[in-house]
Amino acid sequence: MGKIKVGIIGPGNIGTDLMYKVMRSKNLEMKTMTGIIESEGLKRAAGLGIETSLEGVKAVAEDSEIKIVFDATMASAHLQNAPILKAAGKIAIDMTPAAVGPYVVPCCNLDKLGYVDNYNMVTCGGQATIPIVNAINEVADVEYAEIVASLSSKSAGPGTRANIDEFTQTTKKGLEIIGHADKAKAIIILNPAEPPIMMCNTIYTKVKNPDEKAIIDAVNKRIKEVQAYVPGYKLRVPPIIDGDKVTCIIQVEGAGDFLPKFSGNLDIINSAAIAVAEKLADKMLDIQ
Amino acid sequence: MEKHKINFVDTTLRDGSHAVSHSFSPKQVEEIAGGLDKTGIAIIECSHGDGITGSSYNYGFSKYNEMDLIKSASKVIKNAKQAILLLPGIGTIEDLEEAYKNGARVVRVATHCTEADTGIQHIQAAKKMGMMAVGFLMMIHMASPEKLLEQAKIFQEAGADYINLADSAGYLLPKDVTARVKALVEGLDIPVGFHAHNNLSLAVANSIAAVEAGATYIDVTCRGLGAGAGNCQGEVLAAVFNRMGVDTGVDMYKIQDVAENIVEPIMQRPQVIRTAPLMLGYAGVYSSFLLHTYRAAEKFGLNPRDILVELGKRRMVGGQEDMIVDVAYQLSQK
Repeated sequence: MGKIKVGIIGPGNIGTDLMYKVMRSKNLEMKTMTGIIESEGLKRAAGLGIETSLEGVKAVAEDSEIKIVFDATMASAHLQNAPILKAAGKIAIDMTPAAVGPYVVPCCNLDKLGYVDNYNMVTCGGQATIPIVNAINEVADVEYAEIVASLSSKSAGPGTRANIDEFTQTTKKGLEIIGHADKAKAIIILNPAEPPIMMCNTIYTKVKNPDEKAIIDAVNKRIKEVQAYVPGYKLRVPPIIDGDKVTCIIQVEGAGDFLPKFSGNLDIINSAAIAVAEKLADKMLDIQ
Repeated sequence: MEKHKINFVDTTLRDGSHAVSHSFSPKQVEEIAGGLDKTGIAIIECSHGDGITGSSYNYGFSKYNEMDLIKSASKVIKNAKQAILLLPGIGTIEDLEEAYKNGARVVRVATHCTEADTGIQHIQAAKKMGMMAVGFLMMIHMASPEKLLEQAKIFQEAGADYINLADSAGYLLPKDVTARVKALVEGLDIPVGFHAHNNLSLAVANSIAAVEAGATYIDVTCRGLGAGAGNCQGEVLAAVFNRMGVDTGVDMYKIQDVAENIVEPIMQRPQVIRTAPLMLGYAGVYSSFLLHTYRAAEKFGLNPRDILVELGKRRMVGGQEDMIVDVAYQLSQK
């Protein structure tokens, strides 16, 4: 079976972890890692025999072999990269909150999206919580969803820190658009405890039909669906139903590809992005 | 001791809102803020206890629209500056802009004591809007004086007008307050403030220690109304500072009257140190966890003390009220 060649822009933590995930993918092949300055990430990629470049987006846009490009830079950079990738006929998977293309959460809407050439991965907290809100909504009709994502300080990079509002605002929108909550709120907490805490997500929903069995079944089923692409995704506190309020807590342990296991936040958004890319690769390989 | 004027920052309508489960009405806000404005208090803070847009399942819903409360306060505040609290990760710059439109002129940007860089964008936005901006470090018992200075400098560089150190767990002893405030007073170019909790009955003593170490902004509330066992009781501190000859510009009788005639009648319970708030201070747990812990203890049939001790062991930080449910659930499964 052939493989689809991919490029990654941005050799930081996210980009490097994505690279390792691509390298063990069944149908993706790592072609190029590109950045704009010399960095540890580029050196690491070169050491693994991957092509590297300092030309940024240009290096992947001009390479006709590359079909899919992960943009692991930042929102402002992706706004510039997106039209270049589109003109070059690449499919972009946007790891930033730029939201040029539609939000995608694999277990919720990947199969429902028609042809799209730019996928936005929402946020790490969104990838962890939207599946549950979406599942509860299907059986209980969610009026309001509120999530609290707790991350270890060590797993929140400078991009997240400098733009923490982007996290809360983008996650809120994702909970409404993909989770189908009528209204939503997102909260993020950084905890510096040592040893670092695992990524934890508390999901509160206010529902119109608080059918306990239906909610518990829907949540359990959804957990399995997410586990198909994020093995470390698990229910820490099963749904507690209190009148019309449903509370549950999810823990995400990372796969430890490049980043430590406590960085479940980075792992889940990357694993979701890989799930999107693998699905696209399957289709491309079918056509070939 | 050098003779600096000490500014009282009243947070009855912010930290105090925890003690009434965020139920202040616009009328109550008008009465309290209006009363405080005539006492000589420098800054009056009014927002949800967990900062603007804290109204939520996690922190408790506000009974009244928060922006209406801010507007009500702004109608009666003529002499003091009107403040809000903002916790990055909960409130956003958009929320800050809305609060500004409704009358807020000071924002205190509160982060955990090691995460100041998450508040840089909010401090900068506030300065751009012409507001006074305060870098507010929470849970300062969890960091050394050196670490706090490093974090305070991040806020100073972002443009903060002063740094407030919050003993959010009411854990510190006076000597610990002295060491922390002193490190900042010596290492910064901007003033330093202090925010006490009375969980170990040290709020007044710690506020004195802070002022003696050079702090010039002190957080107080009427009757000590606040999270946990409450904050430093403003009318008491005004009297103590009068005895010490510390200039606060606060009229002692007037602040006593606001506390006794306006605030006390709307309190839901006396602000005393019961066992659970005492344990907050002893175990180093965020004071706002108190009422949520009582609720979880009741739901899961546990002793609040056991939940608090476990939260302390896990080193939970401000804002992690959801972990009370997690701890209670895990303890109930044993």
